[in-house]
Amino acid sequence: MTVLRVDELSVSAGGQSLVRDVSFQIGAGERVGLIGESGSGKTLTASSVLGLLPDGLHATGSVRLGEQELLGASERTLSRLRGMEISMVFQEPMTALNPSMRVGSQVAEPMLLHGTRPDRRAARSAAVELFDSVRLPDPEGTARAYPHQLSGGQRQRVLLAIALANDPALLICDEPTTALDVTVQAQILALILAATRERDTALLFITHDLAVVASVCERVLVMLDGEIIESGGTREVLSSPRHEYTGKLLAASDLEAR
Amino acid sequence: MTAPSEPPAATQPLIEARDLERRYTRSRRRSVHALRGVSFEIAAGQRFGIVGESGSGKSTLVRLLAALDTPTAGSVSFRGNRIDGVAERGLRFLRSELQIVFQDPMGSLDPRMRVRDIIREPLGRTRRAEHTERVAELLEAVELPADSGQRYPHQFSGGQRQRISIARALAPRPSVLIADEPVSALDVSVRAQILDLLLDLVERLGLTLVFVSHDLNVVRYVCDEVAVMRHGEIVERGPIDRVYAEPAHPYTQQLLAAAPSLRAALARLEEGP
Repeated sequence: MTVLRVDELSVSAGGQSLVRDVSFQIGAGERVGLIGESGSGKTLTASSVLGLLPDGLHATGSVRLGEQELLGASERTLSRLRGMEISMVFQEPMTALNPSMRVGSQVAEPMLLHGTRPDRRAARSAAVELFDSVRLPDPEGTARAYPHQLSGGQRQRVLLAIALANDPALLICDEPTTALDVTVQAQILALILAATRERDTALLFITHDLAVVASVCERVLVMLDGEIIESGGTREVLSSPRHEYTGKLLAASDLEAR
Repeated sequence: MTAPSEPPAATQPLIEARDLERRYTRSRRRSVHALRGVSFEIAAGQRFGIVGESGSGKSTLVRLLAALDTPTAGSVSFRGNRIDGVAERGLRFLRSELQIVFQDPMGSLDPRMRVRDIIREPLGRTRRAEHTERVAELLEAVELPADSGQRYPHQFSGGQRQRISIARALAPRPSVLIADEPVSALDVSVRAQILDLLLDLVERLGLTLVFVSHDLNVVRYVCDEVAVMRHGEIVERGPIDRVYAEPAHPYTQQLLAAAPSLRAALARLEEGP
């Protein structure tokens, strides 16, 4: 079953074209990596899916979540979907969390907004359960903490709990582990894998790290200058790349071989 | 901790740290041990890697090696001269002998200065004519276009800015270069170019390199000796190939297992369905 279908998505600012003719699909439970360097258009592609393009940027083409067209959909429709059908984990957990709100309430918020739990108390106890499932120590106590009282890895677990709160059909992760230490990174990646497998969630995983994409995703899309230049199974693309740029990216990443 | 290896010749080590301790006092009762009991020697010409995660004490150690901070206990010597707790006047030799390249080139380059002024700043205010020549030489050494000197840092990409930082660091002809996470903010293809440039310069100019990183793959690519830090201590130290092939400390083993490796991940995919 196709969860997300992107057809000929293009994004432009004024006369300048930033993303061109991007098309791909993600099925339920499928994990797709979007790789490329800074400025290649990865984040703009994800923002278009969420309807969160910055002002002044304009998207054309089609982005469908199930039967629902997202491009040009009203803000009301989009806010009904965000945090419910689609959710997102950002790179910087400190800026993505509200510094003046206890993290337990931040996890309860999407459940209350979308009415997936009857009341505040039910949402709070669901939040504590989620904290347990993302392996936060002392879930009860952590729920009462503010973001600054948590480590970077713990904050990223909180963000993941928020994203998973309403069992979304599609989870988008934008460089979720780039700011983390390697040992913490390995734990967060394992959590994302386990959570998406368990729930049959479609995953769009943005990263510039080929080793990370190879350990998380089944399929991979390679972006360069706003276009997808190569796509296919992770193993095929990363072991026998067809596009010159993918080859270059691989050679630069594989310090072990140099 | 493994026994520290002897420097190759019976000569004096270039840099020597003895029982370094750095405590930060938070309040009258609480203090944080950022470093404790850190001892090692770096021989001239070595490429010495310091690896560890956030909070392991890497940056504190760098500040002590560069005499930008004073240890709470222990000593740091450079060519046999103590540099800890020495007044700035007594450190002039060190300021040209030892230079640092930082992680974030945008944060360490003054946005209002032209690149040529940034590069020649460490050379002082005298003999400016000679400096013009030196700037041209340095731009060429880091493979930047000759006209880069007239431009400002924001006109360059992240990788080019890191080249500017390297040119500035090399300006006073140092013998030691400390690179503190020099490629962590860069894309992979740029990262490889900067690492190759650093290695090339170290060899060509006969520099001693102290290379700090959280990325074990990068340290392995660059260094011949490595110290692994955790909670302010060196838990393991030795020749790079030995530490990677047979990590002795459980933490080193854990770090190596967690480090994302493209080869290992692809090998797992090969085994898969």
